[in-house]
Amino acid sequence: MKMLRKFAFLIALLPLAALAEDDDSTWNNVLKSQFFAGKTIAESNEVIELDAPYRAEDPAIVPVKVISKIPQGKDKYIKKIWVLVDKNPFPFVGEFEFFPESGKADLAMRVRVNTYSNIRAIAETNDGQLTMSKKFVKASGGCSAPVGADLDEAMKRLGKVKFRLDEGLKSGQPTEAQLMISHPNLTGMQMDQMTRYVRKSHFIDQLKVSFNNKPVLKAKIDIAISADPNFRFYFVPDQPGELKAEFSDISCESPTSRKVCDKGASYSQQYAVSP
Amino acid sequence: MRLLLVWLGFCLSPVSWALPVLQVAEVAPGVFVHISAHHWPDRENHGEIANIGFIVGDSCVAVIDSGGSPQQGMALRRAVKKVTAKPVCYVINTHVHPDHIYGNSAFKAPGVRFVGHHKLARAMATRGPHYLSKADELLDIRVGPDNIIPPDLQVKESMTLNLGNRELQLTAHPSAHTDNDLSVYDKNTDTLWLADLLFLEHIPVIDGSIRGWLKELERLEKNQYKLVIPGHGRLVRDWPAGLQAHKAYLEQLAAEIRIMLKQGKTLEYAVDHVGLSARQLWRLFEEFHRKNVTIAFAELEWED
Ligand SMILES: [Zn+2]
Repeated sequence: MKMLRKFAFLIALLPLAALAEDDDSTWNNVLKSQFFAGKTIAESNEVIELDAPYRAEDPAIVPVKVISKIPQGKDKYIKKIWVLVDKNPFPFVGEFEFFPESGKADLAMRVRVNTYSNIRAIAETNDGQLTMSKKFVKASGGCSAPVGADLDEAMKRLGKVKFRLDEGLKSGQPTEAQLMISHPNLTGMQMDQMTRYVRKSHFIDQLKVSFNNKPVLKAKIDIAISADPNFRFYFVPDQPGELKAEFSDISCESPTSRKVCDKGASYSQQYAVSP
Repeated sequence: MRLLLVWLGFCLSPVSWALPVLQVAEVAPGVFVHISAHHWPDRENHGEIANIGFIVGDSCVAVIDSGGSPQQGMALRRAVKKVTAKPVCYVINTHVHPDHIYGNSAFKAPGVRFVGHHKLARAMATRGPHYLSKADELLDIRVGPDNIIPPDLQVKESMTLNLGNRELQLTAHPSAHTDNDLSVYDKNTDTLWLADLLFLEHIPVIDGSIRGWLKELERLEKNQYKLVIPGHGRLVRDWPAGLQAHKAYLEQLAAEIRIMLKQGKTLEYAVDHVGLSARQLWRLFEEFHRKNVTIAFAELEWED
């Protein structure tokens, strides 16, 4: 009897143990070799720092932010940032390329987090050095949660784009821009496979932002980006011109494999900037 | 030793170990409601946290929301039996949330029709797998696909059910609390069963559309009802006064978020600053408020 109870107690503890904080097992065993085979990665907040809420209010809309600690100089700059959610069914959130013209390699976005997990950002500077910053987030159900709250509304405005810029632009200064894209970014996990409500994943996979045709941000992204993708990044408005976002979507058979996919539509939207 | 006695007692005299009957009150003639206390759904309360009940006609009974667990559904069924010998003919699910539908399986029987909003089946299909996967861990209840029963009768706009000299008017609402809210109006007693379209004491929970919800409340506010039954909180016999706190909370959220959007503030900022003055007015504020702000912000930033 005593044995039995002890056993039951252990069983009850198991799910909690599996969700323990600072669980790097997926990173150590899978992700590191999958994305950075043979590379050395320093863990510090000196190049970038990842910020995310400890408790996610809505697991389908978790705001995360990468704050850069070094300026985007011509000689030294942050070239690329990867964002991963360890315990998501598809951990890859995105791969973001920056340029000296970005002015600042800060990046804010909203992601889906499916369970208690570390979120990590890995930055590569132009000299090839890799630095990682991570945060533990408590969330549950972000990938299977319904799309936004109202799928029909979301589908109605699919492809709509909004830019928002700080007021009082200063010429030549790194300036924050917000890009909002209306897209349900279906994970393919929201639907029951047994019913007529099956839906494939359908998400934005490529995004490019340029200012006067010079790239500011280039991204390869995936289903972990929340519905209605929302990015904040920097650019340098050194003269009047056009901020342009180009993106495309894709539809894949499985939420967790990118082997069988159909290319979707391409979209483009400009925004006049006059500093 | 005590355990042994309990076992013996159970085996020898099952009658004295009567199965639990849900406590219900007759709040209007033939209208029975179980009023729940306000709790975060957990392993202690098994998610049995919503107001649920039934309405008795001359020929049969309509259950309105079946409860937060199969056990609560069974207890509700026993409560029906205790009150009347008439059979249950309808189980009306007011929306997809588990605290309102997990008792469905207790009523599955020939002659019982399940009724819901025309978007309820989709919501059950899309959310069901996630709800089910968490039920064991979060609510300590055992449920499977059989516990999620999609409606046999889908209400597109409105529908009338007759329980025998008793007409229930069902209304499918546009996106508000969720995108599949259904209300039930009992003509005989001038009772409007709003379920989670109305919260009292328990903070309103947005899982549909803040704009849609406000629009519905403004429309309903113009009508007169003798009795209104919320999904969480006390009965309302002073309509529309009983609705004002809920409406004011949503209005405050929308107004403050719109100002922040104009100022170019971010979602993260809004979550930390919007609506904090309402904290003292609501139970479970800490649990739901920041999520409400998140969902409302994501909706309102696409306005215009
Ligand atoms: Zn509800």
